[in-house]
Amino acid sequence: MCVKRVPFTGGKMVLNAEGTALETRHLGFTISPHEECGVEEAVRIIEAGGGESVVLTLGPPDAVEQLRDAMALGIDRAIHLQTDGAEWDGEATAAALVEAVRADEAASGPFDLIFFGNESADAGGFQVGIRVARALARPCVTGLKGVKVEGESVRCEQDVDGGRDVYVVPLPAVVTVKEGLNLPRYPSVPGRMRAARKPVAAATPAPAKTRLQMMHLAVPGGSSRKTEMLGNGAAAAPAVVDMLRKAGIV
Amino acid sequence: MAVLVLMEDGDPSLQMLTLAREFGDPLHSVRMDAVKPFAPDALAAILAKAAVDLAVSAVIAAGTDRGNDVMARLAARTGLPFAANCIAATPGDPVEVVRNRWGGSLLEGAMLHSSRCLITVTPHTFAIAEGAAPMELDVKPLVEQLEPGDLLVQVKDHVAPPGGGVSLAEAKVVVSGGRGVGSKEGFAIIEELAGLLGARVGCSRVVTSAGWRPHTDQVGQTGTKISPDLYIACGISGATQHMAGCKGAKRILAINSDAEAPIMSLADYAVLGDLKEVLPAISAAIRKLK
Repeated sequence: MCVKRVPFTGGKMVLNAEGTALETRHLGFTISPHEECGVEEAVRIIEAGGGESVVLTLGPPDAVEQLRDAMALGIDRAIHLQTDGAEWDGEATAAALVEAVRADEAASGPFDLIFFGNESADAGGFQVGIRVARALARPCVTGLKGVKVEGESVRCEQDVDGGRDVYVVPLPAVVTVKEGLNLPRYPSVPGRMRAARKPVAAATPAPAKTRLQMMHLAVPGGSSRKTEMLGNGAAAAPAVVDMLRKAGIV
Repeated sequence: MAVLVLMEDGDPSLQMLTLAREFGDPLHSVRMDAVKPFAPDALAAILAKAAVDLAVSAVIAAGTDRGNDVMARLAARTGLPFAANCIAATPGDPVEVVRNRWGGSLLEGAMLHSSRCLITVTPHTFAIAEGAAPMELDVKPLVEQLEPGDLLVQVKDHVAPPGGGVSLAEAKVVVSGGRGVGSKEGFAIIEELAGLLGARVGCSRVVTSAGWRPHTDQVGQTGTKISPDLYIACGISGATQHMAGCKGAKRILAINSDAEAPIMSLADYAVLGDLKEVLPAISAAIRKLK
């Protein structure tokens, strides 16, 4: 399962003085909801069928926190591709992950399934999983709300307008998943204690050239909405109904 | 210079053409249903071949689930960079783009250094403009050249949605509850108001994580993105994750007991108070009208 450390954003996006990153001094860190479901699914598959699960990330030294979080939920071991915290684009990230997967498979045997979130919470590039799959010559199905291993293949369900499309692809495969795939468990205290002793293999990949080069960030101009107070408590009901009537809703 | 576009049914592809026209002329198109059932690698193979044959400067699609999927496969196959969900792009070398991060809660200005520009365009960013329709490419010879591996990932079956009724994404009115609802049972007053307004019930991420409502009800960056005529947000603070899903609403009414909650200044209308008192009062007032 591949994850990405991202800030836990609240109600407001605040940038650093240079406008090149979110100001994170007062923020905690997490992984995206899509990835949380990927971790949960990987743990469930191993619980049901045996085997080993690995969590992989590319990120700054502090990203070990997210690896420990995943191991607290049941992932067996971790691989940490350490960066200096600089932004890597999807292409460079995928290239480093491919090298890491190849090296790990040479040492510990092949992965049957590699999970990604459908897109990262922050950059939203929609491409790392697909690029990794292509480089490893494995089939890739994206945006999944259902993943079921059936013998030597995996049945994949993808939300589309008017239902779900079903794919069946042979293992080994790469899948990108969305929140709603399952309801992730919460970590237990014993789980956290076990996670502290699980192995984290670290490597420092050389950054590839970034060809989608982030120059600056901006907070979009506020919604042009001007808030009209309709009142306090139950006494506001007539004003609400009046608004509903003017809007043609009742 | 010619441009290649990937077209699917619906407005996002027509909106995408507005930007594509700035990248060149003529526009050639490949349809998303050129291979049936849907097979993303096959479409990427067709686009890769057509892009070379027509010597296009750019390949552009709408930033839908399938648009982003196929374009990322095209990028992986051709070894080119790819910028997903752009809201602006200026042709040149490099191409300058502005793209969505955090589901549109943040904008990124970026340079795309590439011999062929691959981008998708965020739906509902551009107005549909008048202009010549793209010339649909005869894909038959390209389909014949597909390799078995290109069809390994292909839709095999379709499962109909459970239930029925209007989907959350298409509902005209949505009444949502957040942490402030307090429990699964607390949604009874949300359902009551939704019933009176012919609305769909929605919720925030806190609610689905707590197991009070199914994920299919979730409005947000990782849930459903909605654009109803009216969105009523009850006991929802208005975190960016949530606002990314509901900012397309024509009107937002926030009902919250915390005057400092971000949603109280992001909404068009606000009621300060306990939703357990406010919602039944609104429902009663609507009943009196009927």
